Amino acid sequence: MKTETSQTQTPGSALTRRSGGARIERLFRLWTLATGLLVLAILALILFSTTREAWPVLRDMGFRFVTDATWDPNPSSGGAVFGALSFIYGTAVSSAIALLIGVPIAIGIGLFLTELAPRWLRGPAVTTVDLLASVPSVVFGLWGVLVVAPALVPVYRWFNHVFGGIPGLGSLFGSPVGTGRNFMTAGIILAIMVTPIITSISREVLSTVPQANRDAAFALGATRWEMIRGAVFPHSFAGLVGATMLGLGRAMGETIAVALVIGGATSITPNIFAGGNSMAAIIVQQFGESTGTFTAALIGLGVVLFAMTVVVNLAARVVVRRAEARMQGAAT
Amino acid sequence: MNRNLLSRLVIVGAALAGLVLAGCGGNNGGSSSSATSGGSGLASLSGDLKASGASFPDAYYQEVISQFKSTAPNVTVTYNSVGSGTGKKEFGQGLDDFAGSDSLVKPDDGPAPGSFLYVPTVAAPITVSYNLSGVDKLQLSPDTLAKIFSTSIKKWNDQAIAADNPGVSLPDKNITVAHRSDGSGTTNNFTKYLVAAAPTAWKLGSGDTVAWPASTQGGDKNTGVAQIVEQADGAIGYVDLSDASELKLTFASIKNKDGQFVAPTLEGAAAAIEGAEVKDDLTYNPLNAAGAAVYPITSPTYILIKNKYDDPKKAELVKGFVRYLLTDGQAVAKDVNFAALPSSLQQKALAQLDKIAT
Repeated sequence: MKTETSQTQTPGSALTRRSGGARIERLFRLWTLATGLLVLAILALILFSTTREAWPVLRDMGFRFVTDATWDPNPSSGGAVFGALSFIYGTAVSSAIALLIGVPIAIGIGLFLTELAPRWLRGPAVTTVDLLASVPSVVFGLWGVLVVAPALVPVYRWFNHVFGGIPGLGSLFGSPVGTGRNFMTAGIILAIMVTPIITSISREVLSTVPQANRDAAFALGATRWEMIRGAVFPHSFAGLVGATMLGLGRAMGETIAVALVIGGATSITPNIFAGGNSMAAIIVQQFGESTGTFTAALIGLGVVLFAMTVVVNLAARVVVRRAEARMQGAAT
Repeated sequence: MNRNLLSRLVIVGAALAGLVLAGCGGNNGGSSSSATSGGSGLASLSGDLKASGASFPDAYYQEVISQFKSTAPNVTVTYNSVGSGTGKKEFGQGLDDFAGSDSLVKPDDGPAPGSFLYVPTVAAPITVSYNLSGVDKLQLSPDTLAKIFSTSIKKWNDQAIAADNPGVSLPDKNITVAHRSDGSGTTNNFTKYLVAAAPTAWKLGSGDTVAWPASTQGGDKNTGVAQIVEQADGAIGYVDLSDASELKLTFASIKNKDGQFVAPTLEGAAAAIEGAEVKDDLTYNPLNAAGAAVYPITSPTYILIKNKYDDPKKAELVKGFVRYLLTDGQAVAKDVNFAALPSSLQQKALAQLDKIAT
């Protein structure tokens, strides 16, 4: 689509008259190519340099690095053991709780803003949710450890008292730690932190649903919820999953807030009221005093976290593709 | 459009107004101490000294630095409390003029062997602080202490604790063990004590980080552990005397090598330093020292100085500051809950300064 016009030609649109033609076009292509490659290069560089730093430990521990639950840099006998399983578990559990709490709330806010809210409320509501996103994470961490954790201890005790005895489910609601710093509190704080991100993207996605689809559902006699389920969700499913993945990325990588409220204990337990630790948190806690192999092991944790994020994103893509086929297929 | 913009401005304005109102309540007060002691040569010194290291003696070093400022107003000394490990690393890389460390330098810590000197500065008790409503006096023997911290003992009314505390009624509560989540010289000294005093009961080794059992809680720095103990009923943790006193925690008395239960006081710490054997490089180990009045969990702390400074002016500054710290500076130690060195050790420490090659 080459539109080469010289400056003396007919007065075309102002768009093409002053653009300089082919030279600018070439520069533009070069610039976009360069920036795209730069992003890929940075990603590759991060992956390469961290794996290289962590290589001694990854090579020595092999697969045991991700399957062993013991993390002992200074054992009383024998060599240091670096097993990341407890931290992988901690990251997974706190992120899962965050999504379980945060996604329904975020999508709920998004639906409210696009479907139910009166026009005058939309602006202020959007601003308020965005304000929540701009609070620094360390503030959330401080608030969590000083206010939320102590306040939730009686709540956890109640849950333990009521549900603790049920076989199976009861192991989830075990005895709570005295300080209230545990997986559940970390999950709650993370939920508050990821909700604004998921909300703002969901809202955008939900608002792109064509009014025609909505009207068609209503014309068939659907209630509002049926309309949402039949016309809004299939259209915006990919976007909603994308928003959730973005939120999950933040939850998995969140460092300071989690380090303050998760309890600092290396443990794998189904009890969500017990303390634990996450990969990002242990890195920030122990990096300062680490030397040699210990530092390499912590960098190895970073590599594992990176890999986990990539795997989760890829899995999300597969889910979206399958669901799209099903939903769009059913719609036509 | 206008209404939308206006409503957003109103929200932001309301948020800011809320912040201002909340902030107006607090006011900050600063205090500057004036010291009248003066070394004659110090006032003529000028320059910068950078240092970093252990958080354990931070309160003491900051106090000495502010006193030193009035004696030598042209010298700026900065001490960053980042932890012994980072301090040693930075000192080894040449980023610091001196470093603070609670633990000795190991081969891969940073500073090259033979390139530095140890200068003992102060010592302080590591308290075993606890929070148990209704119990304001607690005695613990090393074996019981080891079992509590390795979670073999899970409840406060356990046999072993009751045996150490005849006549005290202990509640049936879970013990919440608090420890450091970051690598720490305080953990190092506390676990070294347990290895020395309770070798059969303590199996987790010693070091800046150990593999604490799963049901414990980790806090960041001494203040983090102190906070956990303060907040949770039934918590117990090891905190340096300075931070524990600040939060007014209750301390347990520990049974020393001679069989006496001693509380973490400065006198107990001083007795521990006296009872410790001092090696040639001036490192000494007051943990589990012998003596009736000894508090057995006393942690030494050192300053690492280079034995050769490239810049003679820098060497003068370091000598001036460290000499001040070891002479006039020792007087402020007890104000911030640290035990000053006994005079024999103080003399040896001053002699270290003369070993700096110029």
